[in-house]
Amino acid sequence: MTYTAIGVLAVAIAVLFDLFAVKTRMLTRPIFWLSYAIIVFFQLITNGLFTGTQIVKYDGSAIIGGSSPADSAPTFLGDGRIAYAPVEDLLFGFSLILLSLSLWVFWGRRGLDRTPTSGPPIWRR
Amino acid sequence: MDFGRWSYVAVLVFVILGSIWLEVFLRSRVLHRPKRVLFTIFPVLLPFLLWDAYAIGQGHWYFDESRILGVYLPAGIPFDELLFFIVIPFASILTLEAVRSVKGSKSRRWLVGDEKP
Repeated sequence: MTYTAIGVLAVAIAVLFDLFAVKTRMLTRPIFWLSYAIIVFFQLITNGLFTGTQIVKYDGSAIIGGSSPADSAPTFLGDGRIAYAPVEDLLFGFSLILLSLSLWVFWGRRGLDRTPTSGPPIWRR
Repeated sequence: MDFGRWSYVAVLVFVILGSIWLEVFLRSRVLHRPKRVLFTIFPVLLPFLLWDAYAIGQGHWYFDESRILGVYLPAGIPFDELLFFIVIPFASILTLEAVRSVKGSKSRRWLVGDEKP
Protein backbone atom coordinates (compact mmCIF):
# COMPACT_ATOMS: atom_id res chain seq x y z
CA MET A 1 0.00 0.00 0.00
CA THR A 2 1.12 3.55 -0.67
CA TYR A 3 1.49 6.21 2.00
CA THR A 4 -1.61 7.82 0.47
CA ALA A 5 -3.71 4.66 0.90
CA ILE A 6 -2.50 3.95 4.44
CA GLY A 7 -3.16 7.58 5.36
CA VAL A 8 -6.78 7.38 4.22
CA LEU A 9 -7.20 4.05 6.01
CA ALA A 10 -5.73 5.48 9.22
CA VAL A 11 -8.13 8.44 9.17
CA ALA A 12 -11.05 6.03 8.62
CA ILE A 13 -9.95 3.88 11.56
CA ALA A 14 -9.52 6.93 13.81
CA VAL A 15 -13.00 8.22 12.86
CA LEU A 16 -14.60 4.83 13.54
CA PHE A 17 -12.73 4.61 16.84
CA ASP A 18 -13.93 8.03 17.97
CA LEU A 19 -17.55 7.83 16.80
CA PHE A 20 -18.40 4.16 17.24
CA ALA A 21 -15.81 2.21 19.25
CA VAL A 22 -15.34 4.45 22.29
CA LYS A 23 -18.05 7.00 21.36
CA THR A 24 -16.09 10.01 22.57
CA ARG A 25 -17.54 11.92 19.57
CA MET A 26 -14.60 14.31 19.38
CA LEU A 27 -15.49 15.00 15.75
CA THR A 28 -18.77 16.58 16.85
CA ARG A 29 -17.14 18.90 19.39
CA PRO A 30 -16.05 22.49 18.71
CA ILE A 31 -13.23 22.06 21.26
CA PHE A 32 -11.68 19.32 19.13
CA TRP A 33 -11.75 21.40 15.96
CA LEU A 34 -10.38 24.51 17.65
CA SER A 35 -7.59 22.41 19.18
CA TYR A 36 -6.92 20.72 15.85
CA ALA A 37 -6.73 24.10 14.08
CA ILE A 38 -3.99 25.16 16.48
CA ILE A 39 -2.22 21.80 16.24
CA VAL A 40 -2.27 21.64 12.43
CA PHE A 41 -0.69 25.10 12.19
CA PHE A 42 2.24 23.90 14.28
CA GLN A 43 2.26 20.57 12.48
CA LEU A 44 2.95 22.38 9.21
CA ILE A 45 5.91 24.17 10.81
CA THR A 46 7.26 20.97 12.35
CA ASN A 47 6.78 18.99 9.13
CA GLY A 48 8.43 21.82 7.25
CA LEU A 49 11.45 21.58 9.53
CA PHE A 50 11.73 17.82 9.07
CA THR A 51 11.14 17.80 5.35
CA GLY A 52 12.41 21.19 4.20
CA THR A 53 15.77 20.53 5.87
CA GLN A 54 15.75 17.01 4.43
CA ILE A 55 16.02 15.15 7.71
CA VAL A 56 13.17 13.04 6.34
CA LYS A 57 12.68 12.23 2.66
CA TYR A 58 9.90 10.52 0.73
CA ASP A 59 9.70 8.14 -2.20
CA GLY A 60 7.56 9.44 -5.05
CA SER A 61 6.04 6.02 -5.71
CA ALA A 62 4.36 6.10 -2.27
CA ILE A 63 2.91 9.62 -2.38
CA ILE A 64 0.85 11.86 -4.66
CA GLY A 65 3.82 14.13 -5.36
CA GLY A 66 7.26 13.27 -6.65
CA SER A 67 10.27 11.92 -4.75
CA SER A 68 12.22 14.23 -2.45
CA PRO A 69 15.21 15.60 -4.42
CA ALA A 70 18.58 14.12 -3.46
CA ASP A 71 20.35 17.34 -2.53
CA SER A 72 17.83 20.16 -2.27
CA ALA A 73 14.62 21.01 -0.48
CA PRO A 74 11.40 19.76 -2.11
CA THR A 75 8.72 22.14 -3.43
CA PHE A 76 7.28 24.35 -0.70
CA LEU A 77 3.76 24.22 -2.08
CA GLY A 78 2.46 22.13 -4.96
CA ASP A 79 3.39 18.74 -6.41
CA GLY A 80 1.36 17.13 -3.64
CA ARG A 81 3.26 19.01 -0.97
CA ILE A 82 2.34 21.59 1.62
CA ALA A 83 5.08 23.35 3.61
CA TYR A 84 7.60 20.95 1.96
CA ALA A 85 5.88 17.86 3.39
CA PRO A 86 3.64 15.44 1.47
CA VAL A 87 -0.07 16.22 1.93
CA GLU A 88 -0.32 12.64 3.19
CA ASP A 89 1.30 13.93 6.39
CA LEU A 90 -1.99 15.71 7.12
CA LEU A 91 -3.78 12.34 7.09
CA PHE A 92 -1.04 10.88 9.27
CA GLY A 93 -1.24 13.80 11.70
CA PHE A 94 -5.03 13.89 11.81
CA SER A 95 -5.29 10.19 12.65
CA LEU A 96 -2.56 10.45 15.30
CA ILE A 97 -4.19 13.48 16.93
CA LEU A 98 -7.76 12.18 16.76
CA LEU A 99 -6.82 8.78 18.22
CA SER A 100 -4.77 10.38 20.98
CA LEU A 101 -7.37 12.95 22.02
CA SER A 102 -10.21 10.44 21.74
CA LEU A 103 -8.37 7.98 23.99
CA TRP A 104 -7.45 10.79 26.39
CA VAL A 105 -11.13 11.70 26.77
CA PHE A 106 -12.11 8.03 26.97
CA TRP A 107 -9.89 7.54 30.04
CA GLY A 108 -11.12 10.76 31.63
CA ARG A 109 -14.71 9.68 31.15
CA ARG A 110 -13.85 6.38 32.87
CA GLY A 111 -12.58 8.41 35.83
CA LEU A 112 -8.85 7.82 35.25
CA ASP A 113 -7.13 11.07 36.28
CA ARG A 114 -10.25 13.04 35.47
CA THR A 115 -8.97 15.63 37.90
CA PRO A 116 -7.28 18.00 38.34
CA THR A 117 -9.06 19.50 35.37
CA SER A 118 -7.40 22.29 33.42
CA GLY A 119 -7.72 26.01 34.04
CA PRO A 120 -8.18 28.73 34.74
CA PRO A 121 -5.39 30.56 32.88
CA ILE A 122 -3.12 32.43 35.31
CA TRP A 123 -4.42 35.81 34.23
CA ARG A 124 -7.91 34.94 35.47
CA ARG A 125 -6.96 34.09 39.02
CA MET B 1 18.44 22.72 10.67
CA ASP B 2 21.82 21.16 11.38
CA PHE B 3 22.46 20.12 14.93
CA GLY B 4 24.36 17.08 13.73
CA ARG B 5 22.99 13.86 15.20
CA TRP B 6 20.62 15.92 17.31
CA SER B 7 18.86 17.59 14.37
CA TYR B 8 15.76 15.40 14.49
CA VAL B 9 15.60 15.69 18.28
CA ALA B 10 16.00 19.47 17.99
CA VAL B 11 12.71 19.64 16.07
CA LEU B 12 11.04 17.73 18.90
CA VAL B 13 12.57 20.13 21.43
CA PHE B 14 10.97 22.94 19.41
CA VAL B 15 7.60 21.18 19.76
CA ILE B 16 8.08 20.76 23.53
CA LEU B 17 9.13 24.38 24.02
CA GLY B 18 6.19 25.48 21.90
CA SER B 19 3.68 23.64 24.07
CA ILE B 20 5.00 23.11 27.62
CA TRP B 21 4.37 26.74 28.59
CA LEU B 22 0.64 25.93 28.35
CA GLU B 23 1.09 23.80 31.47
CA VAL B 24 2.30 26.84 33.42
CA PHE B 25 0.42 29.79 32.00
CA LEU B 26 -2.85 28.16 30.99
CA ARG B 27 -2.77 25.56 33.76
CA SER B 28 -3.47 22.70 31.38
CA ARG B 29 -2.55 20.32 34.26
CA VAL B 30 -1.56 17.45 32.00
CA LEU B 31 1.57 16.64 34.03
CA HIS B 32 -0.66 16.29 37.08
CA ARG B 33 -2.34 13.36 35.33
CA PRO B 34 0.62 11.09 34.47
CA LYS B 35 -1.27 7.79 34.48
CA ARG B 36 -3.81 9.09 32.00
CA VAL B 37 -0.96 10.39 29.82
CA LEU B 38 0.73 6.98 29.78
CA PHE B 39 -2.53 5.12 29.13
CA THR B 40 -3.20 7.44 26.19
CA ILE B 41 0.22 7.64 24.57
CA PHE B 42 1.29 4.00 24.84
CA PRO B 43 -1.63 2.29 23.02
CA VAL B 44 -1.55 4.85 20.21
CA LEU B 45 2.21 4.53 19.86
CA LEU B 46 2.08 0.83 19.02
CA PRO B 47 0.07 0.92 15.76
CA PHE B 48 1.98 3.98 14.60
CA LEU B 49 5.31 2.23 15.17
CA LEU B 50 3.97 -0.68 13.08
CA TRP B 51 3.03 1.79 10.35
CA ASP B 52 6.48 3.36 10.65
CA ALA B 53 8.15 -0.06 10.40
CA TYR B 54 6.15 -0.91 7.27
CA ALA B 55 6.80 2.48 5.67
CA ILE B 56 10.52 2.28 6.38
CA GLY B 57 10.62 -1.29 5.08
CA GLN B 58 8.85 -0.26 1.88
CA GLY B 59 10.99 2.85 1.52
CA HIS B 60 8.02 5.23 1.75
CA TRP B 61 10.18 7.50 3.88
CA TYR B 62 13.78 7.46 4.99
CA PHE B 63 16.06 9.51 7.18
CA ASP B 64 19.32 11.42 6.85
CA GLU B 65 21.41 9.08 8.97
CA SER B 66 23.84 11.85 9.86
CA ARG B 67 21.08 13.85 11.55
CA ILE B 68 19.37 11.22 13.69
CA LEU B 69 20.72 9.75 16.93
CA GLY B 70 21.85 6.54 15.26
CA VAL B 71 20.07 4.30 17.76
CA TYR B 72 17.54 1.95 16.23
CA LEU B 73 14.53 -0.04 17.40
CA PRO B 74 13.63 -3.34 15.71
CA ALA B 75 12.63 -3.07 12.03
CA GLY B 76 15.09 -0.22 11.55
CA ILE B 77 12.94 2.39 13.30
CA PRO B 78 15.13 5.27 14.49
CA PHE B 79 14.85 5.86 18.24
CA ASP B 80 14.05 9.48 17.30
CA GLU B 81 10.75 8.23 15.83
CA LEU B 82 9.75 6.68 19.15
CA LEU B 83 10.32 10.07 20.75
CA PHE B 84 8.15 11.64 18.02
CA PHE B 85 5.22 9.38 18.90
CA ILE B 86 5.54 10.42 22.54
CA VAL B 87 6.10 14.15 22.05
CA ILE B 88 3.41 14.84 19.44
CA PRO B 89 0.47 13.23 21.27
CA PHE B 90 1.68 14.86 24.49
CA ALA B 91 1.71 18.29 22.82
CA SER B 92 -1.76 17.67 21.37
CA ILE B 93 -3.15 16.79 24.82
CA LEU B 94 -1.57 19.97 26.20
CA THR B 95 -3.30 21.92 23.44
CA LEU B 96 -6.73 20.40 24.10
CA GLU B 97 -6.45 21.05 27.83
CA ALA B 98 -5.20 24.59 27.26
CA VAL B 99 -8.19 25.32 25.02
CA ARG B 100 -10.48 23.88 27.69
CA SER B 101 -8.79 26.12 30.26
CA VAL B 102 -9.42 29.25 28.20
CA LYS B 103 -12.96 28.31 27.18
CA GLY B 104 -13.93 27.23 30.69
CA SER B 105 -15.97 24.16 31.49
CA LYS B 106 -19.17 26.05 32.21
CA SER B 107 -20.62 26.31 28.73
CA ARG B 108 -22.15 23.24 27.13
CA ARG B 109 -20.81 24.26 23.76
CA TRP B 110 -17.21 23.61 24.81
CA LEU B 111 -17.73 20.28 26.57
CA VAL B 112 -14.87 17.85 26.06
CA GLY B 113 -16.83 14.72 26.93
CA ASP B 114 -15.01 13.59 30.07
CA GLU B 115 -16.87 15.83 32.52
CA LYS B 116 -18.19 14.33 35.73
CA PRO B 117 -21.77 13.17 35.10
